[in-house]
Amino acid sequence: MPSTLFKKVIQEANEYERTPVPTKNLKSWRSFLGMYAGEHTAGTEFVIGPLFVAHGVAAGDLISGLLIGNLLAVLSWGLITAPIATQKRLTLYYQLERIVGKRLVAGYNLVNALMFCFLAGSMIAVSATAVGIPFGLEMPTLTDWVPRTSGWIITVILMGAVITLVAIQGYSYVARFANLMAPWMILIFVGAGLIGLSQLGVNSWESLISISNEVIWTGIPLEGMSKFTIWHIIFFAWFCNMAMHIGMSDLTILRYARSWKYGFLSFAGMYIGHFFAWIASGILYAVFLQANASSSAFAPGEIAFQTAGIAGAVCVIVAGWTTANPTIYRAGLALQGIFPKTATWKITAIVGGITSLAACFPALVMKLLDFVALYGLLLMPMGAVIFADFYFAKRFGFQSEQALNDKKSFSIPSFIAWVLTLIICLGLNQFYGLEIFFLGLPGWFIAVALFVGLSKVYYPTAKLKMA
Amino acid sequence: MKAFLKILSFIGLLLTMIPPVLIFLGKIDLETTKLLMTLGMVAWFSTAPFWINKKE
Repeated sequence: MPSTLFKKVIQEANEYERTPVPTKNLKSWRSFLGMYAGEHTAGTEFVIGPLFVAHGVAAGDLISGLLIGNLLAVLSWGLITAPIATQKRLTLYYQLERIVGKRLVAGYNLVNALMFCFLAGSMIAVSATAVGIPFGLEMPTLTDWVPRTSGWIITVILMGAVITLVAIQGYSYVARFANLMAPWMILIFVGAGLIGLSQLGVNSWESLISISNEVIWTGIPLEGMSKFTIWHIIFFAWFCNMAMHIGMSDLTILRYARSWKYGFLSFAGMYIGHFFAWIASGILYAVFLQANASSSAFAPGEIAFQTAGIAGAVCVIVAGWTTANPTIYRAGLALQGIFPKTATWKITAIVGGITSLAACFPALVMKLLDFVALYGLLLMPMGAVIFADFYFAKRFGFQSEQALNDKKSFSIPSFIAWVLTLIICLGLNQFYGLEIFFLGLPGWFIAVALFVGLSKVYYPTAKLKMA
Repeated sequence: MKAFLKILSFIGLLLTMIPPVLIFLGKIDLETTKLLMTLGMVAWFSTAPFWINKKE
């Protein structure tokens, strides 16, 4: 969800696009606390919690997994992203350009923009599950990949058109609306969780434990769903924002931090959004399953409406909307880097069109866990490149910021590190059966090793000295 | 006026927060909970826009 800080970053993007943020423009810790709490309590949370239930996570595995995984995510922000952000104080895109060159950044932007379109598309679909309630719209099921009815397509396209029109008007209106939403939405998540527990018959600590284990997180996946263990939860909680922490997207935000320690403020987002909100939305889905045992529908709008009434359905609509809108905006920014001469409104309109088209396919919602993991994995190697450039250039004897120093627009070590890492990860997935959720960790080390090794060959420090 | 609107907004948040606690304690039923939360939503969204973004 957008915040005042993100809005400020967007407004100042042109001013500090290619220069470090000056000291007078640094922000206090409160801005980061609010931003992280707001950004990670969003539309996606209405999908992720229920999907954990559908994948048959056991209650103990969920709680332990979320505590550990979220801690690892906070440490990644605090120890990997923030120290680089506060020393360099540059945007991700410019920092990357200095290392990998302009042409490779264009490729990165294209992948980034496409991923943003799909993420925004899934959020439009989530909103549509609430918008469709009064019209009796047939909702998609857990195993649906393509749209079930023409009514679904029409609803999604109309919603996409409205959201795109608002995005074309500019970011300001949406950011103000999101500020309005944040406190109410956090309360709705907590409140709906409590209502759900009462609906399931929880009235004591003992009943909470037994119902959690026997009704909500039973450890048995729904038909057609794979089984999730504690390892899935740990790695998903750690890496669902992989693009932002070890993928370094949040360099752009954290460059405004007064201290590198502000990276640890991400705990607000992790333990409100990725702990309480995921648990609450899981409880809501369990209530839905109890009342509709024969239904295979997976519709966050209906799920929230059943437990929290109109307030729940409205929460799903605006949560999806306020997540989709800044994501469309971010996709537009990424594409603008490739096509700087094209008018912003045209780019936003194109992005909105792609997003609306993507939103027609319920697979984006049903496979959101896999998509989020893939999105992080695709962008992560470039974060590893930034990390390796920052910490290992001197130690291993290769040029730091090689594209800038060598006046190149394309860095071969970075390109090979990016592509080869993804090919190796694909191999680990296809030939060794390693699920996508677990590929980020080996992938990061592979990317760092490849970049360091290739940089020593292509850009040794000795070459710089001789020149 | 702004102070009055703020009070109404906070009443809206209270109407969002307290009914779930009451239903959990078995003091009210589900329909009443949903109604109160809807009223809370209306109170919050009809008053908070007049003060929440005013600093910007």
